[in-house]
Parts: sequence; structure tokens; C-alpha cells
Amino acid sequence: MAVEGIQRPPPSNQPQSSKLRWGELEEDDGEDLDFLLPPPMVIGPDENGVKRVIEYKFKEDGSKVKITTTTRIRKLAKARLSKRALERRSWAKFGDAVREDVGSRLTMVSTEEILLERPRPPGSKAEETKVAGDALAALGKGGAVLMVCRTCGKKGDHWTSKCPFKDLAPPPEGFVDRPAAAETSAAGAAGAGKSTYVPPGMRGGGERPGQEMRRRNDENSVRVTNLSEDTREPDLLELFRTFGQVSRVYVAVDQKTGMSRGFGFVNFVNKEDAEKAINKLNGYGYDNLILRVEWATPRAN
Amino acid sequence: MRPILMKGHERPLTFLKYNRDGDLLFSCAKDHTPTVWFADNGERLGTYKGHNGAVWCCDVSRDSARLITGSADQTAKLWNVQTGTQLFTFNFDSPARSVDFSVGDKLAVITTDPFMELPSAIHVKCIARDPSEQTGESVLTIKGPQGRINRAVWGPLNQTLISAGEDAVVRIWDAETGKLLKESDKETSHSKAISSLSKSADGSHFLTGSLDKSAKLWDIRTLTLIKTYVTERPVNAVAISPLLDHVVIGGGQDASSVTTTDRRAGKFEAKFFHKILQEEIGGVKGHFGPINALAFNPDGRSFSSGGEDGYVRLHHFDPDYFNIKM
Repeated sequence: MAVEGIQRPPPSNQPQSSKLRWGELEEDDGEDLDFLLPPPMVIGPDENGVKRVIEYKFKEDGSKVKITTTTRIRKLAKARLSKRALERRSWAKFGDAVREDVGSRLTMVSTEEILLERPRPPGSKAEETKVAGDALAALGKGGAVLMVCRTCGKKGDHWTSKCPFKDLAPPPEGFVDRPAAAETSAAGAAGAGKSTYVPPGMRGGGERPGQEMRRRNDENSVRVTNLSEDTREPDLLELFRTFGQVSRVYVAVDQKTGMSRGFGFVNFVNKEDAEKAINKLNGYGYDNLILRVEWATPRAN
Repeated sequence: MRPILMKGHERPLTFLKYNRDGDLLFSCAKDHTPTVWFADNGERLGTYKGHNGAVWCCDVSRDSARLITGSADQTAKLWNVQTGTQLFTFNFDSPARSVDFSVGDKLAVITTDPFMELPSAIHVKCIARDPSEQTGESVLTIKGPQGRINRAVWGPLNQTLISAGEDAVVRIWDAETGKLLKESDKETSHSKAISSLSKSADGSHFLTGSLDKSAKLWDIRTLTLIKTYVTERPVNAVAISPLLDHVVIGGGQDASSVTTTDRRAGKFEAKFFHKILQEEIGGVKGHFGPINALAFNPDGRSFSSGGEDGYVRLHHFDPDYFNIKM
């Protein structure tokens, strides 16, 4: 049974180019032909299965258009239809389908290739949850594949935070969401050698009252960036709880999309715990991403 | 895969149904004309003209000769599938929401919405073999559930009726006496309105989708909860694969807020879940509005989805779909 699998190139709307070029005839010459449309023609299908249907219709402005539709008919090997389904194939069209406009194109094959998008590569889920589950054990063993030092580029030996060459390396590039205060204080500390503009209130590198207030609010607050989108507050709590008592966990969520924005804050009750967490988890691979953990407000030292 | 796009409706789709042989696909939309398409290449075969309101649901008889449609114009109509002629009209005092033929096509269940202080109701009608002898009398009318009954289907051997709706409770009724036999527990059941209900191919279990962003699989006889599939979107449509252990869930954010957010945020994909492992297999994108209707071809090799965007998208699976390993 041949089933028409349609592969349609876009229809070619061109004025008829046969001998009788009525599409280009002047009005008065073609008057007697004006309300005549040549009957539709079907050519093929030829040996390649290419079928050509030529139809004619009037455009809105009264000009005639020849529409050539080229269709390829394929035989689908697996199409097995019941007898009654075969019979239904030849049913006459009814309702609106009878006088379907030639160019209406109700049925189209998508030009876009749509794939069944897997949420993760097959078989990878179990590993992920294991890593996230016992954070410290994984840290101790140092999940061989993920442990890449970003400072010296050495694989599998140590985490970025423990790199022996840490002090020699240039400070890592700031993230986009880094508060502006960090930049200005850095500029202020660098002194007047740089030609960047420093507002008068920020000059001299001294303690500023504004920063002082902010720091008090974010006491023992740790900022975690480069979180994966799936990370939620309970996940962070689980990860950080091992270092000490946590008073607040917050993951920034886009209000409109409900998706995580990739960073969050964790407040510890004790400053030592926070420090411990920073030391341990900065550069830690979590959910395929390398975490960046630091004090929420950049410290003066 | 390259889906086939069918743009026959001018308003959002509401329901999709394949006939038993899987060669015809019936689509209902909020415009007033249900349409039938060839399910392999998406060619339009015909339309059923006569309704005067949104068409909410349809069902086709096993021999693909009769179609029943339920509409917001307070009628349910019987049609000749081949010619598109109206055979009979059941008149109600409120919009008809859901229709379903029984096994053997001798009975049909029609649910009607609460309207003008009338409560929602489930009506059972006899379907005569000869349409000229058809009458509009109800064999049975069940009233009781609060709010709209979004779907009612026949249970095994036509002994029971299963209904689900806005009150988020799944109920099993005796199809002969109209007695309430079972009700889903408050703890296990959905927490928000149930929008869709779909039976498995063998009729042993069924899947409900709800606005509480989950879909649940139930045993059709005991009404025990078997599985829960959690998504991050309100569920408007569900379907169970007749071939593989897959279920497909469609939905998206509320249609009224679609224009306010990014297309990706609406989550308009059809999500495939493994029926037993409850794990997500993947998503099929394409609609630019929430998915309102889903149907699997009875051969399990293609499925179609209908969206708020007015498109029906007919997907024939790629060969590698059948080899997916979890």
C-alpha cells in the first residue's frame, strides 16, 4: 500500500509561461478568457515518485496565478493498514474540506527538526544524586574527574582553593552579579595610579558608613555563585549544614520564570563555620558546575 | 522527527481522538467545527458543521462509523463519520463537557457543566443502531459532584463510570444504578482541579492530569493510586502509550498569562515519563501555547498534540524513540 508521505517544497507562484501568456495579456485582449480557468492538471507520479499538480486560481486583485505543487510520494515500508482503513482512504471529502482553497496549506510538514529532548544523558542520574548526597565524602575522595584546579590547571591533585600557587595567580575575574562596591574598593585600593574615576566619597580606601551598615546585616553571610538551575534551597542547606548551624538559606529565583538565577546566600550562626565552608566548598564541583563560595560582602583585608 | 502541522482550527484545540485503526484523527476546538484528518499524512478529510459553540470533546465508535461530540452550545451530536451529516442531537440545559462511547457503542456517557444554578450531571444515553430510532432520553442521570465534571469514561465491562473534575476527586459510579462506589482519598488525590483523564489501551488503569502540576496513575477497579508524575507546569492533557511503558503529559502556564512571559518559561513541551519508573524521558517542543489535548495513535508509533495556539502537531516517532534505555 502506498501511503503518501508528503515532502513539499514551497509552491511556486508564477505567472503562466506557456504559449498562451494570459497572465500577462492586457485587460481588453484577454477579456473573453478572464473568467475561464484552465482545468487543474496532475502529472505523474513518475519513477522517482514525484507528482506535480498544476492548479490555477484568481488572486484578490483579479490576476490569475498558476500554482505548481510538487509532491514526492514515498512508500512507507511499515505502513500496514486494515481493509477498512484502506477503504476510508478513498472516502470523498466533506464539509469545509471539499472546497479547500488551493493555496490554503492547512497541513504542513514542519521545517524544524524536533527531537525528543532528554533531560540528561541516559544513566547519568544515579551518579549525580550520589555526589550531591554525601557532599563531604565526595570531597574527601575528590571525585577524580571533576577536580580541576582553575589556578594552575592541574587535574585530580587538589581543588582550586587548596592550590599551592594560589597566591601567585592573578585574582579571578569578577562575576557579573558582583556588587559594584567590590569594584570601586578594588580601584580605591589600587591607588591613584589608575586613571579610572573614583567618586570623592570612595577615595582614600577608608571605611565607608554605607558598607559598614551592609556588613552588619550580612553577618557571617556566604555567597554561593555558579549554582546549577536545579539547585533549590533545601539542596544548599544540605550541602552547608555539615559545616555548622545555618540560620538562613536563600537562592535567587527569577520572579517571572521561576528558575534559579544561579546564586544564593547562606548565613551561618558562627563565623568560623562560615569560614570553614568557604575554604572547603570554594571550587567544589556540585551538579557539574564548580561552585564559587565567598563572603557575601567583600572584606576589607 | 519532523512533525506535521495542521492548521484547520481558528481557536484553541480542546480534544483529540484517534479511531481504533489509527488512520483517522478527530480534533475538537473552540471554533465550532470538529475536523477529521488522515492520521498518517495530516490531510484534512472533512469537517462536521452544525455546532454553535466550542466543541469540548468527541468520541468515535469502534467501527469508525459514528462520531459523538459534546459542545458548549448545550448539545451533544451524533454524526456520520464518512459524510459529516448530523444524525441526532441531544439537547441539554447546560454545556456538554465530555462524551464517551461504551464498549460495544450501545451507550454513551455525556457530562454537563453546572450552569444557571443547575448542578453538573452525568447522563447515560442509549445509542440506537439505526439513527432514525434514536431518542434523547437518558437511561441514567447522576448528580452530586460539586463543580464541573471535566471527564467521564466507562469502566471495565461497562459496569462502572469514572468521573473526575474540578473538585479534584476521582469517583467510580455504578453504571446501572448510579450509586457512588468509590472515591479517591483526600491524601492521595490531586489537590487542584483534574483537567484530563485517559484510559490505558487495555482499560486496566487510567491517568489523570491536574492543575496541581502532577499526573496520577490509578487502578480502574480498585481506585488505588499506582504512580505519580510530577511536572513543573499545570497539566491539561495526558495520554498513555499503547506500545511502550510511557506516558505523555502536556500543559503549560495558564493561557491568560502566556503573553506576559518568555516562551521557554511557559513550558509548552509535551513531557514523556516512564510509566513505571516515574522518571522523565524527554520533552517534545513546538507549541507556542499550552497543550490542551494529547492522543496516542493506537499503534503507539505516533502521537498528536493540540495547543492553545490552534495547531495540531502530528509526530511520527523516530526509530530511536523505540530503543530508549532508562
